[in-house]
Amino acid sequence: MHKIDFDLSLEEVTKIEGAATLSVKVREGVVEECKFGIAEYKRFYTQAMVGKPASALPQHLARICGTCSNAHIMASLDAVEHALGIVPSAQTMVLRALTMDGLMIRDHALHLYLFSLPDLLGKDSILALDENDPEEHQLLHDAFDVKAAGNHLSQLVAGRSVHAPMPVVGGFLKIPDSAGIEKSRRELEQIRPAVLRLIGVYGKSPFTLISKTNYVALTANPCSFLQGDLCASNVACIREEKFMEHLSHVVVPYSQASAYAFQGELYRVGALARLNLNKDALKYRTKADTAPYLARFPSDNAYDNNVAQAIEILHCIDEALELLSSHSFHTETPQKVSPHAGEGIGVIEAPRGTLYHKVVLDEKGVVTHGDIVVPTGQNQLAIEWDIKTLIEQWIKEGKELENKKALEHEIEQLIRAYDPCMSCAAHFLEVTWDEA
Amino acid sequence: MKVTGINGKKEMQKKLRVGWFTFTCCEDSTIVMTEVMNEHWEEWKRLIDFRHARVLRTDNTLDELDVAFVEGAISSDRQAERLKEIRDKAKRVVAVGACAVIGMPSSQRNLFDESTKRAIQFLVDRFGQSEKVRSVKELVQVDAELPGCPMSEQKFLEVLEGYLKEFNIVH
Repeated sequence: MHKIDFDLSLEEVTKIEGAATLSVKVREGVVEECKFGIAEYKRFYTQAMVGKPASALPQHLARICGTCSNAHIMASLDAVEHALGIVPSAQTMVLRALTMDGLMIRDHALHLYLFSLPDLLGKDSILALDENDPEEHQLLHDAFDVKAAGNHLSQLVAGRSVHAPMPVVGGFLKIPDSAGIEKSRRELEQIRPAVLRLIGVYGKSPFTLISKTNYVALTANPCSFLQGDLCASNVACIREEKFMEHLSHVVVPYSQASAYAFQGELYRVGALARLNLNKDALKYRTKADTAPYLARFPSDNAYDNNVAQAIEILHCIDEALELLSSHSFHTETPQKVSPHAGEGIGVIEAPRGTLYHKVVLDEKGVVTHGDIVVPTGQNQLAIEWDIKTLIEQWIKEGKELENKKALEHEIEQLIRAYDPCMSCAAHFLEVTWDEA
Repeated sequence: MKVTGINGKKEMQKKLRVGWFTFTCCEDSTIVMTEVMNEHWEEWKRLIDFRHARVLRTDNTLDELDVAFVEGAISSDRQAERLKEIRDKAKRVVAVGACAVIGMPSSQRNLFDESTKRAIQFLVDRFGQSEKVRSVKELVQVDAELPGCPMSEQKFLEVLEGYLKEFNIVH
């Protein structure tokens, strides 16, 4: 055993959504401390939602997070509609599926091209890619073309990529126009080759960190980010309203976010979990074009979350192309909301994993209580565990721990592979902290 | 947009030195900025030196800036000190998005009733949050504001264009 003493402190992890910190203490070759903390200041959304009318809640909770805002809107609509007994129309569900497709394309693209790709190419930033190098030139242009197609699909269907104004309780305020549909279909078809290149880039990446954990995701066949049962790799599937019964809250005193265990165990959510549990439910065209890369799932390599996200972009393109081609949308007034008391739970798959919203309404339809569990809170313990594993591997392999820059860089790469979202994670007050 | 250059020769392009900073918020305007980038990245690569932008790069430097875009409300003394440091180093400071401009919704705890304030006080204390969440202009002088939740893409481009001209990056 190496007699190594070592301290590492990362004040600000970069190229992730929001702020995170890390402190590590190694004594005589043993990792005594590894604290991954979420450094965003709490904004107390679960307090602020009390007293709001149910119809205003989805837009309010969208403000928990910019990049995940449309996912929060979808989960909140689901919870509010369950509380009020509203069953959305078939067209509304198609428009919501398209909203999720737009979100997944632009959000995964943000992560894969702007945050993680520079790691693979040894660059500091996407803008530092060399336009004179044919491969980097291509990826640079692909990055913004793919992001733009996802952004335009979100604008077409939901009105905006961030805090979308069109989805409301009981329906949509507007339907996509035919010229916009044609433009979006053209763009989506055009970016398919770019996304196949992206899958290839990440599929060939040498980064590996094997970490055996449980995986949890909302699972349905055909694949849906909005409906299904919650499945895990080691237990039978459960209905979404039972999810919280299987979660335990874990206090992490140095983090502004709540962490969770599923049935008392470490677990992961997100694209890797979804593909590990439900890859057969992807679109046929997606599966046909990605077969060599899909074959690696289920995978315990934490970095395969990147490959899984890239494959999901393709799936969302193929789903959106199919939905935009096979539906003619007609004007439909959102269903009328008659306020009454109720309790509702909404669970969806956000880009980073399972997102849970619960709302309790009084007889006037005003919020009296709510709970939100976000993906990054659920992944927090697994991220910390993997960082510890990575440092232990460095020690075991006799790597130069004193080369802090190299180790910090590798740790940051690993954290980025999870695509954590700190704004989401630090949105609220978990009441049980008080008791702790 | 005409690029500055002496005698039209191949010279080092002068770039606008920009910082993009985020405090307490949902980072929606950061996301909007990365989407605006889809159509403007080639121009920005040529005209803008992102000296400090945590969302775009790892190797960030807080040194002299032409323009600092500041998103989010200020929740702690530590954030307030950082904001003042940014103000000292930047010739122009732009408050970006509703939280930076008016504090809300990140400052919603300022408006809680007394019993809710008491219930959250242990967390406010634990993480060293200040008594009140403040907007950017409550702490430093602001040269321009981009209100909205998120900011307007068009207004952002107008402000950026104005600074590219003011600092003689373009004519």
